[in-house]
Amino acid sequence: MKNRLKVLRAERDWSQGDLAERLEVSRQSVNAIETGRYDPSLPLAFKIAELFDLAIEDIFTSPSKEPVT
Amino acid sequence: MLTNPAIRRYNRRVMLLSLVYAALLFATIYLFVHGSVHGPIAYVAALLPALPLIGIFLVLGRYIVEETDEYLRMLMIRQSLVASGFMLSVMTAWGFLEGFGLVPHIPAYYAAVLWFAGLWIGWGYNIVTMRREA
Repeated sequence: MKNRLKVLRAERDWSQGDLAERLEVSRQSVNAIETGRYDPSLPLAFKIAELFDLAIEDIFTSPSKEPVT
Repeated sequence: MLTNPAIRRYNRRVMLLSLVYAALLFATIYLFVHGSVHGPIAYVAALLPALPLIGIFLVLGRYIVEETDEYLRMLMIRQSLVASGFMLSVMTAWGFLEGFGLVPHIPAYYAAVLWFAGLWIGWGYNIVTMRREA
């Protein structure tokens, strides 16, 4: 699932490790979510959204709204 | 590296059980080679090396329960599924080959050996697929 995690992280000058620490997950998890290789569960998606003080849909793009390539 | 507390506990438990397995296996072989066990005690002695291996299966289940990182948990579950699929496929195929007299009989504990080998295949599968999905 496409997302703006990398941009949001960069805006705060956080490394993947910094974000992982804040979310209490591994750096591998952050990397997998950021690159779209893993879709987080709803509780983790909420945790990410709350950390950035945004709504889930402001961070993650719904697959149904992604442009067809 | 993947060194969170749950993984560290899992690795420590697997290492400990592996050492116990080696010790019990050698002890049991010694007892049987020297004809020291007979009757019902022989059954108990023969089962001893199986116990730490069963323990490793339980430790894997414990890891899945204790792992708080959902991504790492998903990877381990997938790795175990690949291992189970590999072991079941090989044992099923071997069973038919053996049934038709084409290959020799192998002891049932080879299922565990194949499953552990399958964990390595699952580990490789995780690496390849996660890279491809990027």
